Amino acid sequence: MTAAHLPTTRRGLIGGFAGLAATSGAASAQSVPPPRRGGTMTIMFPSEPPVLVSLVSSNSLTVSAKVTEGLLWYDNDMVAHPQLAREWEVSPDGLTYVFKLREGVKWHDGRDFTSEDVAASLAILKQSHPRGRSTFAHLTRVETPDPHTVILKLGTPVPYLIRAFAAAETPIVPKHIYDGTDPFTNRNGYAPVGTGPFRFKEWVRGSHIIYERNPEYWDQPRPYLDQLVVKFIPDAAARSAALESGEVDLGYRTPVALNDVERLRTAGNLVFETKGYEYSNNVVSVNFNLDNPHFAKLPVRQAIAHALNMPVICRTIYYNTYTPCASPIAPFLTEYHDLSPSPYAFDIARAERLLDEAGYPRGANRIRLRTMMEANPTVDEIRRLCDFTRAALSRIGIAVEVRTADFGSYAKRVYTDRDFDLTASTMSNLFDPTVGVQRLYWSKNYIPGVPFSNATHYSNPRVDALLEGTAVEVDPVKRKAMFKEFQEIVMREIPDVNIGVPRWYTIHNRRALGHSVTADGIEGSFSHAYIAG
Amino acid sequence: MMGVLDRTGTILRRTAIQVLPTMVGIIILCFFLLQLVPGDVADVLAGESGSATAETMAALRARIGLDQPVLTQLVTYLTNLAQLDLGRSARFNLPVTQLIAERLPGTLLLMLSALSMALVFGVLFGWIMAVFAGRWPDRLLQVLVLVFYSTPGFWIGLMAIVLFSVKLGWLPSNGSMTVGVTLSGWDLIADRAKYLLLPSLAMASFFIAVYARLTRAAMLEVQGQDFMRTAAAKGLHPAVIQFRHALRNALIPVTTMVGLHLGNLLGGAVVVETVYGWPGMGRLALEAVLGRDFNLLLGVLLLSSLLVIVTNAAIDLLHGWLDPRIEAH
Repeated sequence: MTAAHLPTTRRGLIGGFAGLAATSGAASAQSVPPPRRGGTMTIMFPSEPPVLVSLVSSNSLTVSAKVTEGLLWYDNDMVAHPQLAREWEVSPDGLTYVFKLREGVKWHDGRDFTSEDVAASLAILKQSHPRGRSTFAHLTRVETPDPHTVILKLGTPVPYLIRAFAAAETPIVPKHIYDGTDPFTNRNGYAPVGTGPFRFKEWVRGSHIIYERNPEYWDQPRPYLDQLVVKFIPDAAARSAALESGEVDLGYRTPVALNDVERLRTAGNLVFETKGYEYSNNVVSVNFNLDNPHFAKLPVRQAIAHALNMPVICRTIYYNTYTPCASPIAPFLTEYHDLSPSPYAFDIARAERLLDEAGYPRGANRIRLRTMMEANPTVDEIRRLCDFTRAALSRIGIAVEVRTADFGSYAKRVYTDRDFDLTASTMSNLFDPTVGVQRLYWSKNYIPGVPFSNATHYSNPRVDALLEGTAVEVDPVKRKAMFKEFQEIVMREIPDVNIGVPRWYTIHNRRALGHSVTADGIEGSFSHAYIAG
Repeated sequence: MMGVLDRTGTILRRTAIQVLPTMVGIIILCFFLLQLVPGDVADVLAGESGSATAETMAALRARIGLDQPVLTQLVTYLTNLAQLDLGRSARFNLPVTQLIAERLPGTLLLMLSALSMALVFGVLFGWIMAVFAGRWPDRLLQVLVLVFYSTPGFWIGLMAIVLFSVKLGWLPSNGSMTVGVTLSGWDLIADRAKYLLLPSLAMASFFIAVYARLTRAAMLEVQGQDFMRTAAAKGLHPAVIQFRHALRNALIPVTTMVGLHLGNLLGGAVVVETVYGWPGMGRLALEAVLGRDFNLLLGVLLLSSLLVIVTNAAIDLLHGWLDPRIEAH
């Protein structure tokens, strides 16, 4: 196994290959201490999920997989490996999936894990999970011929389905606990029973969760840790302090203020890991409201794209922790990502000319156009990106007023009231463009009132046809060609200007290892994680 | 003796009469204010999950009752409240009373600890400054008090974290207890105290400054009073004069302010609880606002108002004890 699919820039990967060594057994492990049994690892997240299993909502991705497993797991190259499924087979037409399940696996309450549990979980996911509803929309029948075989029958092929069986994406929960109950209020959400490496011990809301070793885990000698503590630390400065003082072993998605990153590099006890983000790929973009008469005109959008200097944004706003990306498909999705640069390179003179020609001459105070930009408040840097946009666009005579509110107001303004001209957002590609990218460009997904649907109100019949085609195309070559054409069109028509993709760091203590060995990294099960002696 | 009981009775009776209309007023006012806030819990939950559909959102709204007319929602809430049912949190899917009960001890502990710290150090500093008025201990403490007065508590908190947690490693930077170990007896108390110290200081610093200045001014004023000279003429020990006569009289303005500050302390708790990751009601309230979890927010507001009313009644009682001339009206 190689790390060839990673982007070429790999600054800051200081001795962080523990993961690679653990999955591949490669000899590159000379500097990495071997796994050791015992100890407690303390990890932190900024916010606390409302429930602990991502069965009916996907906002508990951070912790779900520690207790609740999936059928498969994916390595850092997104290659599938068996978890609860021992082996699997997909029919050539892509309509039948046969999973042979691991035998002798027990739920944490002692009951046997069987194919009935898988069938029940899939039924709940298809019915109630916000993403499961679409992922499993074409799942017509689940057969359980014996306790250790599950057969999925689809009405239409779903080319990305094989990537959807990760623990946090498609969790397998115990049927005997969910039978006849409302999955939204089921007690398993608060005190989960799973098959995973860790058993749930306690949850003190607002403070922490404690998981303890499952001694009967099927993948012996794992898990290595005796105890896993999850803390919730809402303040970025406090997260820096917790890492520096060693109170917390690990935080993910660059858990500190970006201007604090360089200082922490010199702290000595901390390591910066870039692996473990292959399952969720974000793209930051500036989005137009195409219902706005000005932004409905392509030359105005082109002018704005010409006025935004992506490398400078990545260097200043994101302190070099982002890389420019003109495509809506993130580079981590290597087989689909289009490497070609934006047709609209940074060029102020050209932007001015486009606006002149489009009928926006400089008026009073040298202003051509006044607009309003809505900042998504969930990420600090988005606010700064909006400020940057305001400054950049003032150079070409577009006056931008930046508005900030909390997330509820933002969602209402942008997605329900559509009371915005411009906005900036960070959107996840997830594990496949059909799952994460289609929603933003597909005209049928323009659904006022639903957050993170097609916010720009972009509508292009050819793009719709391509997106609908890629959703069912099982031939990888044809699918790739369709995604390529899709990217060419949206990069040319720019309903949104893509800025860059994060190179997230998992910042961890030198002794906390083995956590970033899967595509879902810190959101994974931690069965391989250990504290070095 | 009878007078004391009468006064206590009057204060309690007055509180009991005031509490109900105050709380119902707060609830109705907040309920309508919250209607003005854009977005609802379905928007937030759907935004967090990132891939909701119109059907899941409609189902969520129906489950919570947001599809009902506003007045129906208010009447339902008040009817439930009359049966002492605070409803369910839409976000956590748990009874509001359970969520609040989990957080209440943490908040009370932090508030009491911060308040005691503010009172003890404030009064002590004020008294020292008054006794040494114009001399160097006074000057030195004045500078410290000025720093506490003019610096935001969260900044003092962060700097204290940098010094005591990151650099010196003496005190923990975050949380309310050592997680994952089982402690008992003195170890348990020492552990909790270690976590309590920095957040209490961050919360108390401003109030230490206020109480120190109040105490200093009041003490200096009292020093010139006739009864002080009388006490000295009687031949009382200077320490007795300072404690029994000067301090007791100087405390009245301080205790008045404490009553007023309780609301501020609850408000300031949000910031301190965030910086220190303290599991208290302040953060719960903030998360409830951001998550549009209005049942939970109304529950927190209701309880906070009750807390302020009750502590103000306690302050009234304390005033009566400190200075029997103050009557309950």
